[in-house]
Amino acid sequence: MKMLIKNGRVIDPSQELDSCLDILIEDGLIVELAEDIDADGIDEVIDADGLVVTPGLIDIHVHLREPGHEYKEDIITGTRAAAAGGFTSVACMPNTNPVNDNKALTAYMINKGEQEGSANVFPICTITKGQEGKSLVEMGDLKLAGCVGFSDDGLNVECGEVLRRAMEYASGFDMPIIAHAEDEAIKAGGVMNEGRVATELGLTGNPWVAEASTVARDLMLAEFTGARLHVCHISTRRTVELIREAKARGIKVTCEVTPHHFTLTEEAVRGYDVNAKMGPPLRTADDVQAMKEGLADGTIDAIATDHAPHHIDDKNIEFNVAANGLIGLETALSLTLNLVAEESISLSQAINCLSTAAANTLRIPRGTLQKGVPADVTVIDPEYKWAVNAQQLQSKAHNTPFDGWEMTGAAMLTIRNGQVTFERKDN
Amino acid sequence: MAFLHKHIIGTKQLSKEDIELILETAESFKEVNQREIKKVPTLRGKTIINLFYENSTRTRTSFELAGKRMSADTINISASGSSVTKGETLEDTAKNIEAMDADVIIMRHSCSGAPEYLAKRLTKCSVVNAGDGFHEHPSQALLDLMTIKEHKGKIEGLTVAIIGDIARSRVARSNLYALKTMGATVRLAGPATMLPTGLEEMGAEVYTDINKAIKDADVVMMLRIQMEREGGNTLMPTLREYAQFFALNTENIKLAKPDAIVMHPGPLNRGVEISSYVADGEQNVILEQVENGVAVRMALLYLLAGGSDEEKNDS
Amino acid sequence: MGVALQETVGETVLLDSDAIKRAMTRIAHEILEKNRGCEGLVLIGIRTGGDHLAHLLRQRIYDIEGIEVPLGAVDVTMYRDDVASGVTRPMGKTDIPFALDDCHVILVDEVLYTGRTIRAAMDALMDIGRPSSIQLAVLVDRGHRELPIRADYVGRNVPSAREEKIEVTFDEALLPLEVRLLKP
Repeated sequence: MKMLIKNGRVIDPSQELDSCLDILIEDGLIVELAEDIDADGIDEVIDADGLVVTPGLIDIHVHLREPGHEYKEDIITGTRAAAAGGFTSVACMPNTNPVNDNKALTAYMINKGEQEGSANVFPICTITKGQEGKSLVEMGDLKLAGCVGFSDDGLNVECGEVLRRAMEYASGFDMPIIAHAEDEAIKAGGVMNEGRVATELGLTGNPWVAEASTVARDLMLAEFTGARLHVCHISTRRTVELIREAKARGIKVTCEVTPHHFTLTEEAVRGYDVNAKMGPPLRTADDVQAMKEGLADGTIDAIATDHAPHHIDDKNIEFNVAANGLIGLETALSLTLNLVAEESISLSQAINCLSTAAANTLRIPRGTLQKGVPADVTVIDPEYKWAVNAQQLQSKAHNTPFDGWEMTGAAMLTIRNGQVTFERKDN
Repeated sequence: MAFLHKHIIGTKQLSKEDIELILETAESFKEVNQREIKKVPTLRGKTIINLFYENSTRTRTSFELAGKRMSADTINISASGSSVTKGETLEDTAKNIEAMDADVIIMRHSCSGAPEYLAKRLTKCSVVNAGDGFHEHPSQALLDLMTIKEHKGKIEGLTVAIIGDIARSRVARSNLYALKTMGATVRLAGPATMLPTGLEEMGAEVYTDINKAIKDADVVMMLRIQMEREGGNTLMPTLREYAQFFALNTENIKLAKPDAIVMHPGPLNRGVEISSYVADGEQNVILEQVENGVAVRMALLYLLAGGSDEEKNDS
Repeated sequence: MGVALQETVGETVLLDSDAIKRAMTRIAHEILEKNRGCEGLVLIGIRTGGDHLAHLLRQRIYDIEGIEVPLGAVDVTMYRDDVASGVTRPMGKTDIPFALDDCHVILVDEVLYTGRTIRAAMDALMDIGRPSSIQLAVLVDRGHRELPIRADYVGRNVPSAREEKIEVTFDEALLPLEVRLLKP
């Protein structure tokens, strides 16, 4: 089986490529990347004239909900949503039920993704057993099983000693600790950003310092232990500044931002919109600006969705008790391309944050179009106009604040291991 | 002028004209309350449901009397907890009530935004917010304005000091909006732990020294302190210290204008946020607030239940 | 066709201010005659308009008898039968600063039409006290009654069509200026 993608503008940050090239795929691998490859004897030729061809996009922060919460999402629907968003690989968080703190579940997720899913699944395991913040998981064994990092995502590791030991131990296996940095005590039950909007709405605030103070602690522990630290879904200007400074000091830190944190502000919560409720909360316009600056200067390595599917029953209730999170896989690329359109970042930076650089944070062996690698390719039309209809997305869930938004740019074709996992049909 | 609101969610939504109309209408109903036979047929055949998810004696009774004095059928439903603890969702509960052809649902809920949530989902019923979380308590603010206007003849140009746990007070927010709309100066004061961010942007003057807030004020409004806050969290060290620095007493009230009035939404914590000598003193208008509460709520119910749907497009 | 459609907005002055004053004087005499003086008499005007006329009537009675009869005003909005049908009317204030029990109430209104306002006003008075009698004085009776109600004292009977409007205007001192008939 030979597939040829012709005439596309190939952007591959891993090779610093941005030129019009053809890509030849054979038996699931990329075998040639060159100008004017002969189409003779090719089973399928794809004309990518006017389109952008990139390494398959990688989302290093999703919740697939399986096992335990299949009524919200499962590996099949979650990876289908990924493919529709242009993603060929996802790193899934361990807050399933039971939580992924063991080899069996890790293997299950990888296999399910491989055999039935539409994207490669790279599990992230908990830092602590049962996600209880006390004792460490079997990090070495989990690495062998295919785990790419450790995170108690959704929860902060409150005990500094546990986090220190986790970092020390993980560094011995060259594995990253992925921090959900949020001081629960300072957060004090806050359900949105602390500030004028929260005061007006009478909602308890979660101040920026709950995140930034914890990031500061985590950075110092990373400096002290020499471990690799990846900070999840950063949301405040102070966090960006702390990480910028830490990188300058040589601390081994990477971080990610979600599309909603660089697109929306706390104003989106007005009207008590539960789809604008998430952790960390939407912040101020200044914080949004800081995210864009962080992406532009490379302080922020990756764009990740924190895809958090929820059933309507978990959302359609009082704001205070509604579940945190939104789905993001199918809107991430368009929202990132918005940043390119408004000239906050370049197109190759956008692709980098969604592929090569994202892969590098967790050392996921993807995110490149080099000869010989598995053929994960995304074909993007940056000008494609479409409107978000939450009910028609591939995800099982519909919880998105972007419902009804007019978008520009989308994945037209997604190829994983040489197989088409998604093809956009004009409707 | 016409009253175009279908729901009363907060005073933030109300214009100066709206507030004036409500207060004028309330004055008319106050006359009814002073009669021997305190009943008029105005809302005969209307069904009003008090849906209270949080305990309240005063507000619920006040709304109930308001409905009954206008001949509406008033039913009380005491629910407890949120959707999560209760099993039935808020939407289901409210839609069931609406299916019984209720005209107005008066709702109190511990979650901010719950009345707005309902208003968006109900098609026929009007929703009146009787207090939601830390968000708004519009009928309380309106009765406060009515009381202030009765004593001062106007609201514009007055200085009103509101003192207590501003962060967790829906009364403070509703009063801030309504008083600012009517042209008053609003000072908010309390310990810094009880002053949320953004108050200045919302138009208030903010003080941590209550003496500065009281100085030359026309109105001093004390907020109820939740006694259970003591020890349970970090907002204040002790009630004793709170009383020492943040209570209204016979000394600091002298800083206000000589003819200042003292208000409190009740119930009082005597000796905590207000000294009994002040609470019972000549300047207190606390029971007048309660009296005006019934009249203001009659006005709100009349203005909501009396209008046609075509006119009332605004939520 | 070819003929300009003329809007037939007609406006006829039925009573000018002198005519109104004369009518009110006559009504004052009739009231005193029928009630044999002003013992137990109270005047209650229906807001708004009737209250101004009641004030004038009190003046006339004073001119004749030298006695100021008690004066009140009633707002019937709370008692209207069309509240439920969906028109929110601004609410006026009822102001009756005396006990109604055992009084002879002269209810004063500008224009008697369907009778529904008078029904509402009588209900309002009954809720406030128990008058010995209620008599009705109106400046204009235009017919079209929908309830079994009639006036005891009438300034002028004016046959009118339903689509016409009758308007009583007052000056700044709240003295009546004109009664006008407006044709659509």
